[in-house]
Amino acid sequence: MRLIFEKSQSGRRGGELPKPDLPAADVPVELRRASPPRLPELAEPEILRHFTELSTRNFGIDTGFYPLGSCTMKYNPRVNERLVMLPGFRDLHPYQEEDGIQGALELMWRLQEALIELSGLHACSLQPAAGSQGELTGLMLMRAYFEDRGEGDRRDTIVTADTAHGTNPASVTMAGYKLAKVQTDARGNVDVAHLRELVDERTAGLMLTNPSTLGLFDEHIEEIAAIFHDVGALLYYDGANLNAVCGLSRPGDMGFDIVHINLHKTFSQPHGGGGPGGGPIVVREKLEPFLPVPAVVKGGERFRLDFDRPKSIGKVRGYTGPFGVFVRSYAYIRSYGPRLREMSEVAVLNANYLLALLKEAYDLPYDRLCMHEFVLSARTLKREHGISATDVAKRLMDYGFHPPTIYFPLVVPEALMIEPTETEAKETLDAFAEAMRAIAGEAAENPDVVKAAPHGRPVKRLDEVRAAKRAIVRYGFEDHPDLAEPTAEPRQLEAQKGA
Amino acid sequence: MGYLSLTQRDREEMLAAIGVSSVEELFRDIPARVRFDRELALDPPLGEQELSRHLEELAARNADTSRELSFLGAGIYDHYVPAIVDAVLQRGELLTAYTPYQPEMSQGVLQAIFEYQTAICELTGMDVSNASGYDGTTVAADACFVAKHATGRSKVVVTEATNPQVRQVVKTYAPGFGLEIVEVPHRNGTTSPDELRRAAADAACVIFQQPNFFGCLEPAPDLAAAAADAEAIPVAHVDLVSLGVLEAPGVYGCGMAIGEGQSAGNYQSFAGPHYGFLAARNDYIRRMPGRIVGETVDTAGERGYVLTLQTREQHIRREKATSNITTNQTLLALAGLVHLSWLGPEGLRELGETCMALGEYAKRRLVDAGFELVFAERTTFKEFAIRLGRSAKEVVGAARAQGVHPGYALGRDYEGLDDAVLVAVTERRSPADIDRLVEVLAAA
Repeated sequence: MRLIFEKSQSGRRGGELPKPDLPAADVPVELRRASPPRLPELAEPEILRHFTELSTRNFGIDTGFYPLGSCTMKYNPRVNERLVMLPGFRDLHPYQEEDGIQGALELMWRLQEALIELSGLHACSLQPAAGSQGELTGLMLMRAYFEDRGEGDRRDTIVTADTAHGTNPASVTMAGYKLAKVQTDARGNVDVAHLRELVDERTAGLMLTNPSTLGLFDEHIEEIAAIFHDVGALLYYDGANLNAVCGLSRPGDMGFDIVHINLHKTFSQPHGGGGPGGGPIVVREKLEPFLPVPAVVKGGERFRLDFDRPKSIGKVRGYTGPFGVFVRSYAYIRSYGPRLREMSEVAVLNANYLLALLKEAYDLPYDRLCMHEFVLSARTLKREHGISATDVAKRLMDYGFHPPTIYFPLVVPEALMIEPTETEAKETLDAFAEAMRAIAGEAAENPDVVKAAPHGRPVKRLDEVRAAKRAIVRYGFEDHPDLAEPTAEPRQLEAQKGA
Repeated sequence: MGYLSLTQRDREEMLAAIGVSSVEELFRDIPARVRFDRELALDPPLGEQELSRHLEELAARNADTSRELSFLGAGIYDHYVPAIVDAVLQRGELLTAYTPYQPEMSQGVLQAIFEYQTAICELTGMDVSNASGYDGTTVAADACFVAKHATGRSKVVVTEATNPQVRQVVKTYAPGFGLEIVEVPHRNGTTSPDELRRAAADAACVIFQQPNFFGCLEPAPDLAAAAADAEAIPVAHVDLVSLGVLEAPGVYGCGMAIGEGQSAGNYQSFAGPHYGFLAARNDYIRRMPGRIVGETVDTAGERGYVLTLQTREQHIRREKATSNITTNQTLLALAGLVHLSWLGPEGLRELGETCMALGEYAKRRLVDAGFELVFAERTTFKEFAIRLGRSAKEVVGAARAQGVHPGYALGRDYEGLDDAVLVAVTERRSPADIDRLVEVLAAA
């Protein structure tokens, strides 16, 4: 398919703008643009067809089952898309005076209150723009908290699990902390004996996902919390997997002090091909003074923005956060109310059912009941038939499914991380399990068809190594290089895809 | 209420297949003391109609620009979003997909990002753009991180005429990055290249905004040269909508170009979600944060697109990654691409010229009515500062009572400007709207 730039015809145009009858303004010549940007020149119908064609070469939840582990790809209600377009939300400026934003502030305050209840903590900031920014904000809070206590120089280390999302160690570096990594034990829990060796008075805190990226609830969570609290350190809950436990177990009750919540996962903001998201953080009382400004607070029947927080870390994003995400997630929470518990129960039921259907056909490294997701391994298929997790993923496309997350978590070789979510019907799970079992059968009987998959997508396997080497990251117009010789070996990185 | 598919019979069959007798049993690994044993204290569930009514009531309590004639800008602007943007964004295959980890399933989003990267590079004169950052503030922090590692220096210079929101976010990130932030004051609305040169000694980068927060055109080529003299990376924070009229930062020597993308394709939406863009020269490509899409071929020799240079990223490099960013703002960046494609080069230039012409008209009318421009000798783009003769806060209140919001009160961020507002004029304001502004301010 041609690029929109390759469809461009000089002199053609899409939209017209109002042209007020006013004299032109002067731009000093040294600041004026010398040659125009080569934006596409197309009429509106062709633009729409271009993007429609692109959409047909893509796959979303609306297209089919999307069990991308740790990404919580659940249904995105269309009513939320309508609500976010209400002029009172869509056309509202962040610097409007307080009496002109009462509805927006009330929505944000109500969302904060719901997140506080769901997390079992005390105060909330909606400002972080995504889960990973919530992580970084949480670590900034830890730094501010310890500096306020005069322990800032001493506490220089954060502990993360070897099953952690890559964002956790990356956030630790960005926050200026040292990293200590704790192992996973034979049951898939944090190795508590190893943890005791790592934690001392230099420890600032722990970052943990619970249930973990293995889809397992840590059975020693109380003991883990005590290890950190006993040395005065803090616990950070990576809320990526909160969809498993809403109304069933709260991070605050588990002993965590800071939580981020991925609004785009648990509370169904459409993922948009990569974003937007939302990563609000919720904290225990002692951390509230350090939250980002402004805070959304209620006084009597009025809502206001409170900038008077002298101990605040400052701002991690512009204004008050990604408001449209708040509208959708608030609507999602209101559509369930206390039944959010049932939402999580069904997410866990769906995952365990799918696990039961698949545990014979694939390796199951930790044979326990799972929470909202589970991790299988294609280790035996690889050893016996040369079929890797990548091959299974590509072949699933031919059966009409989006592949699961693969090669993550790192502690499981040839990992297939599967998260069905609660919005899938039993028949979908049955069909997916049938496809997975069929692929395991093909691996033995007809491995070539699996290795050459996918057969029915707009492209075949792509050469990722060549892409990285050449680094063609923009269209070059008349100088665009020609890549069009086929690649004999589809060199793909056997690296994490998803989560 | 809710979006669950299972029937009672489904549940029973599924529990039997799992080999447990109840849903409760699925949670047996959760220690008893950390189980939540009461009902969530949340408002009862709402059906779709009741939910709509509730949110409509909340929305009705906001003074949006359909109800108040608004001259608010200061970083978020009321530009026209064409209908085609809404139509493309509601394509479910794009809206409800996630990061294109599996390229064979995601050629649509991947190609769109490649086209977006191309458009950003064309506008900014840079070699490489990422697939988006969170907003116009966080990309500034990202640029500091790139600059620190590229230069080994730990000081960052930001001009005072850069959006205060950007400066605040950079300062929040600074301790973790181990950066010292130095601000250079504005002189009558713009930045002095000589002062900037002195401040830039030993700096990793210099961030300035063009047009700056006051709407004034900085001597951008001179500022970039001043930074380069000190071997600091010049970073321009720019408005995409200005780049049909104003020179591309790459042409006047910047190493990176960043900014808030909202002006191109996004509604104001109470400040988000929007997208930040970050583009750079090839020198910095392997230090860039975030997703980047590259071109390659498949086993049949067909052109295709993949996420590339992933060894920069957190999921591969973990603590050695160039950033922790994962979820970004792809959908909003796609909106930008659609809007920019709809405008084309001619439309983008006309849009910039229209904003400037309307701005000049507004300035002329206000001066004629007896108001004083704060920075009278500066050229401005779509925004300018004006003195109201008394507390801006009071005047804003009086004007709003007449259904007009005259703009952002600058005293909130700048000393000595308590009587000034920043007036933004986009193509959505007509000369008659501006006449109304002047009339209301004259009477206020």
